[in-house]
Amino acid sequence: MCSLALFPPPLYSMNNVVCSLKPHSRQESSSKSAFRDHCETLYTRSAGAWRDAGLSGLLNEIANSSAEVPKWLGVSSSCVLALLRWVSSFHSSLFPHLTLSSEEMTAEFSQVLDWSDCAVRGFAWHPHTQKCAVALSDDSIKIYNPKSATTPTLKHRLQRSVAALQWKPLCASALAVACHNCLLVWHVDPTSLSTRPSSGCAQVLSHPGHSPVTSVAWSPNGPLLVSASPRDTALLVWDVAVESCVPLHRVGGGGVTYLSWSPDGSRVLAATPSSLFRVWETRMWTCERWPSLKGRCQSGCWSPDGSRLLFTVQGETVIYALTFTDNPGVPLMMSGGPKAATVVADLSETTLNTPDGDIMVGGEIQSLAWDPRGERLAVHVKGRPAMIAVFKTQISPAFKLLPCGFVQGEAGTEPRLMQFNPNYQHGAQLTVCWSNGKITHVPFCFMSAGNPQPGLGGSPSFPLTQGRPADYNNQTLYTELIS
Amino acid sequence: MFSSDQSCWFVRKVICWRAVASMAWSVLLLLPTTALFVLLSRFSLFHPILWMSECLSLLTSASAIFSFILLCGVVLMVGFFNLEYYTVVPSIACSKIALLGQVLHPRQFVHSLVHCIMGVVVAWCCAFTIGGRYRSLGHPCTQDESSSGPEMCLNEYHLVLLLAGAFIGYSHSLVGVVYNMNYVSFHTMQQYKYLRFKGALPLVVKASAVQALYCLRSFLLLYFFMGYAPRAWICKTLDLSINSSIHSLDSVSSLLDLSLLYHLWISGTFLLLTWYITVLLFRIFVTEVYSFPVQSTFTEDAHQCLPKVITGTQPMILKFLALQDLALLSQHSPSRRLEVFSLSQPGGHPHIWTALSKECLSLLSDLTERLVAHHDTVATNGRAKSQSTGSNKRSTTSSEGSVTSVGMEDMKTPRPSALIRTPGSVFLRSSVGAGLRTPLTTPFTPDLDSPFSSPALRRLTGPLEPQGALSPGFSSIQSPHVMRRGPKLWSASTDSQLNGSPPPSPGPAPSPSQAQLKPSFLVTFLQNRKDQLPEASSQALFADSQVHIWALQGLSHLVAASFSEDQYGIVQTTLPTILSTLLLLQEAVDRHFKLPHTSSKPGHCSCSMGDDSYKTLRFALRSTLKTAVYRITATFGGHLHAVQMSAEHRKRLQHFLEYKE
Repeated sequence: MCSLALFPPPLYSMNNVVCSLKPHSRQESSSKSAFRDHCETLYTRSAGAWRDAGLSGLLNEIANSSAEVPKWLGVSSSCVLALLRWVSSFHSSLFPHLTLSSEEMTAEFSQVLDWSDCAVRGFAWHPHTQKCAVALSDDSIKIYNPKSATTPTLKHRLQRSVAALQWKPLCASALAVACHNCLLVWHVDPTSLSTRPSSGCAQVLSHPGHSPVTSVAWSPNGPLLVSASPRDTALLVWDVAVESCVPLHRVGGGGVTYLSWSPDGSRVLAATPSSLFRVWETRMWTCERWPSLKGRCQSGCWSPDGSRLLFTVQGETVIYALTFTDNPGVPLMMSGGPKAATVVADLSETTLNTPDGDIMVGGEIQSLAWDPRGERLAVHVKGRPAMIAVFKTQISPAFKLLPCGFVQGEAGTEPRLMQFNPNYQHGAQLTVCWSNGKITHVPFCFMSAGNPQPGLGGSPSFPLTQGRPADYNNQTLYTELIS
Repeated sequence: MFSSDQSCWFVRKVICWRAVASMAWSVLLLLPTTALFVLLSRFSLFHPILWMSECLSLLTSASAIFSFILLCGVVLMVGFFNLEYYTVVPSIACSKIALLGQVLHPRQFVHSLVHCIMGVVVAWCCAFTIGGRYRSLGHPCTQDESSSGPEMCLNEYHLVLLLAGAFIGYSHSLVGVVYNMNYVSFHTMQQYKYLRFKGALPLVVKASAVQALYCLRSFLLLYFFMGYAPRAWICKTLDLSINSSIHSLDSVSSLLDLSLLYHLWISGTFLLLTWYITVLLFRIFVTEVYSFPVQSTFTEDAHQCLPKVITGTQPMILKFLALQDLALLSQHSPSRRLEVFSLSQPGGHPHIWTALSKECLSLLSDLTERLVAHHDTVATNGRAKSQSTGSNKRSTTSSEGSVTSVGMEDMKTPRPSALIRTPGSVFLRSSVGAGLRTPLTTPFTPDLDSPFSSPALRRLTGPLEPQGALSPGFSSIQSPHVMRRGPKLWSASTDSQLNGSPPPSPGPAPSPSQAQLKPSFLVTFLQNRKDQLPEASSQALFADSQVHIWALQGLSHLVAASFSEDQYGIVQTTLPTILSTLLLLQEAVDRHFKLPHTSSKPGHCSCSMGDDSYKTLRFALRSTLKTAVYRITATFGGHLHAVQMSAEHRKRLQHFLEYKE
């Protein structure tokens, strides 16, 4: 199933630039030690360490400043610290990701490629209107709305290292932001003319032990919000209006890294840092475990009807699919069929012949995105250079994947983040954030579901792909066997 | 229509069994809790083997079984009190006087007394289990040389433990009133009972340990100052003497005995833990989702169907569970939605949809009226006190006239003049008496419990309203806040109506003797003492808003589903009414949140067993309301332009269609 060889070669560049953002030069991760003020009193420093890193930070601070504290205090804190480290070494030998610092963790588990040096750290389309929010590496969020002249910039004291953001469905204003040690829910009044909404417009949702937050997901039809942190074994389900949360603890996994709520609202995918992921059903909040992967689940996406889940595993170059029946909580695999996911596409490295010479495509998969109509699947491939492969998909009557094309940026740029616009009328529109700070829209124009139109389909590189549509567009990559 | 025996089927068949099941589980859980308590209370670091063997022999002894049976009895009693005192609508005291009234209420007095006694019983069991110096109340001692032979002296350690038990029992009851421990809240998320219990258990353990610590602090202070009184009294009644060779315990040094403190604390934690677990289990069991049939094939089961049950009023829990079921079915089960959208077999009337939507709409418009009335009273700075009786009468007649003339659309608009509440505070209801009710209450106090609130007045207008139409006044007798558990010192006639049997011909039955009520001196005195807690009045307005939240969810999901599932178009006929009700409520809620004294963000809850989710219900309602309107506009989109509505509402709806709200 060497799939990428079937693709038309990527030979076009997109110039549909929406906004261009200067790459930020500041390195977030290294700034902390450079700016530590050693003139503060011990008490202030201890308080700061307690706030930043908890008990171990406090002990570390005391042990390090042995000149200022009584000897017994310094010695005892060193002892306790050693004991703590010894105990936690057991824990982190089980879950190696716990040795990472918060920012490394966010970078590791974020859906953004190279999160730490990326100018755009998050992007979210509003589910109902043409409005999008962009999180920048200086921890501010800008909201772009073509119908309004103002571009509100959201800044908050607690809004640090933004890992993900999402607009609330069935609401005009609420935007959830996954931050360093809390969740922020901004209420940005769409009619307001203010460019700097005050931090009073944000609800702060925090829970002890729940930091850093790396993923958030709103329920598509309700008031609930789920949030995940790789350090917290519990999945938090927030009732945002009343700022209360219910932690859902399960043994195993060592944390939750990525969440994706199915568009019909019935299930939630929760990936963990170890080789295990869970699929929660949202009626009674029970979960089923999917263990024994080769690595951790890196990304996943749902078909629009919520019946199919595609996911990728870190270290592998294939896409797996799971099919769920209508009965919530019981997948097809469990009720009879083999209890395993099916491989539907292989994106291992291939060489494509182009007029300019051979190019290498394929590699490990960073993220997946499925357009809201279920007709295009974009796969963000990490390889060198990173690029986006687009598949045509068909869900009913049988699940089909067909090759469509590649999306490439200007020379020397890599895609970092992508999302489909849920409000595009003429097909699908993929929004891509590039490594040079540009954000582009890639439209895919096609007729609606049911009868695929080979002429109209295809990648946006019109002149090239239209030359040989029959070769590529009718070559089915994967078809589900209907027994 | 709905007599008590019909609404009783639910209490008899469901609630009682749920309570019994929760009690059975709490008795079962008592075993491990007691074992843990025995282990912890006799803990000794240096003799682990002796410690274990002692604990084992104690746990298997006959006397331990006796005290375990006593504990079981206490747990069953607590469970019974939970069942008897629980409420789904919290009683929120709007002023400090009202809070005092709640505490001094005879019903509450019984509660406190029984809990006090149960605290003593549990403490006795604890003393027995810990053994050693705590074992018995008297111990033989030899007094000075004058006495002949041993006589019984008071064992003060035992006494302190018993008194601590009584104190903790009483404070449990007292704190229960202040923090609405008897309030049973419903959760947004559905979870299985076991998982919910497992999730809440750590919190309960923590809450009981912390609460025991606080209680202990207060108790020790109290004992330090007042300890001699019970000691002397016990000595006198039981003819014990005080051992003068041992220092009495009400001194700083002896009270700071670490072992004593530990034992007091662990006993208090054990006591509170067993009780809290009982409360927790009761809450979990009683709020479990109950699935009502949407329609039944047999007429004798018709009163158990959702459309009938949802319009009922007594007991409140039945209405709550019915609305919860409605919200869930509208969201999750297409097959049951189909039944809702179906037509009746002979006749082809959408009876089920009509009943459900009518009830939901009347609940919502009821809330709108309540909010508008509250807003008006606040706007007039609460000056309506003495005129309220007169204005009520006047407004009654005026609204009577208006009802006959206006159509259905107009009835949707609030008629604030007809709906000025004449609330009575809890205190006045409970302890002052029936005669002093109406005029002496502040309009700030939206007392939902008052039997004298608007339904009594609106009953006058009842027969004039078109029975088939979706009028807010139609089901006013069934409005939820009238039917609440709790004492009614009002008149017997009102009570009988409140119990669910409205008179068959509700002719003009004027509310009794409003004019005779005159403020007395005591009343004016109390009036001045009632400094309002502004936050509380807002909370009290939304105290039963859980039903409104479910009604909104149920309605909006049903309407959204009807876009594709409603084959006969029955929902379309009610769509204008639904939209205008929602928009009116939206307007009222917006206005309410703009009042100066209502905070715009939910506060953070403290960690205790008292469920304070009622404090944040208004925020949940606000967000649910917005989501509900958006759900309808997102589903119908431009088709809504074809719906008839007033220009103002159309403008408002346009904002929603453009996602600008």
